[in-house]
Amino acid sequence: MSTAVEFIHVSKRFEDAASDAVEDVSFSIEEGELVTILGTSGCGKTTLLRMVNSLIRPSAGSIKVFDKDISSTYPVELRRQIGYVIQQIGLFPHMTVRHNIATVPKILGWSKDKIDARVDELLEMVNLAPDEFRDRYPSQLSGGQQQRIGLARALAADPKLMLLDEPFGAIDAINRTVLQDELINIHQKSRKTFLFVTHDILEALKLGTRVMVMDKGSIRQFDTPSEILKNPADDYVKQLMDSFRQGFAFALERGMGPGEQR
Amino acid sequence: MIEYFIKYHAKLTKALLEHIQIVGLTLVISIVIAMAVTLVIKDSKRISKAVLQVCNVIYSIPSLALFAILIPLSGLGAKTAVIVLVVYNQYILVRGFTEGLSMVDRAVLEAAAGMGMSRWQIFARVQFPLALDSMVASIQIAIISTIGIATIGATIGAGGLGSILFDGMRTQNTVKILWGTVLSVLLVLVANAILNYAVKKINERLHGGKKRP
Repeated sequence: MSTAVEFIHVSKRFEDAASDAVEDVSFSIEEGELVTILGTSGCGKTTLLRMVNSLIRPSAGSIKVFDKDISSTYPVELRRQIGYVIQQIGLFPHMTVRHNIATVPKILGWSKDKIDARVDELLEMVNLAPDEFRDRYPSQLSGGQQQRIGLARALAADPKLMLLDEPFGAIDAINRTVLQDELINIHQKSRKTFLFVTHDILEALKLGTRVMVMDKGSIRQFDTPSEILKNPADDYVKQLMDSFRQGFAFALERGMGPGEQR
Repeated sequence: MIEYFIKYHAKLTKALLEHIQIVGLTLVISIVIAMAVTLVIKDSKRISKAVLQVCNVIYSIPSLALFAILIPLSGLGAKTAVIVLVVYNQYILVRGFTEGLSMVDRAVLEAAAGMGMSRWQIFARVQFPLALDSMVASIQIAIISTIGIATIGATIGAGGLGSILFDGMRTQNTVKILWGTVLSVLLVLVANAILNYAVKKINERLHGGKKRP
């Protein structure tokens, strides 16, 4: 196994900001991991993710992707090798599903046959019938379907690394569960490296092979879900996990109470 | 009216052709300049605002005054008229173009950048096609305004339909005024039809021939 992503003393302070959005962060992620980055809004998790594909440049420290310092790679070139999915999805409304998915392959100069075959393969992978969905426009899709296309588009050129920024955050709970299962499936089949930002504790614990808990720009704990649940590294993580357990216990108790009275 | 046309059709046609020439030339130059200005200013809110302020101030100068100011510089005739009309159009077009581009969904642009599209690819394949409709709307306004203001050009010897209108006014010849008006309106309609056809063609090229729902 080699290292997919490595941060070495990385900090980021935005212009006019009083403190660092990301503060002296170091970690490394092995190839094939599905790392979830968990934290409240403003904790720096999105900033951290966007530094991986150079949408944000670090103020200090260095970042390596597949053992190569990204400051020496042309950002546009780097991003073509990394899949990127955002919560707002950002499908191109003027292009059909096929053309949305084909964006990066087209830029990379794939042949039409290869692109068409890849589009169908990806649609199947995200459980949408190619014949039915290929020529639709984004406005003709539900939110869950749109994000499936967002995922397919990011996977199009077969990147070894995928960055996902709260991809299922705006999707209803039932569809979210389905999409999470599909993502686990895609990860297990492809053995790609996934970095998945979320503020949903259940989602982070369910999806992550390891979970990175962030608060105020720094990493509180970076470990397997069971370790984080069993041995929280500090009070912040402990509180987070306790609130999660209590929420669960409360829901269970109510659900199983006599006559489900409320 | 028909009688007048049969008698003076050569004069009317000449005026119409002059008008088309002034308007056509003005529009081509205006759009090219406005596009270039927009490309330069689009990434900076501050600069866009400043440039639009300047355009706004110029736009508020009465056309007759602007013609008069320019006569010592570029003389009488169609050249001056075209310069004035191009300058006026900048307010309409630059504003319309920058607004159109800035209305494109941030998330879509973010996704495009994140996928590894270059700045130019983002502009040409995503931002521009999505802004096209509102950009065309501003070109439509520019066409109407140009055809209208171009008639004032007759006062500085630019010719065109304005000369028919001013003749009609001077001699109190209603038929003449009506012909000038009818031809102006026709010109607007034809110009819009041509524009719509062009947009359809561009859209077909951009979307692979399919109409977007």
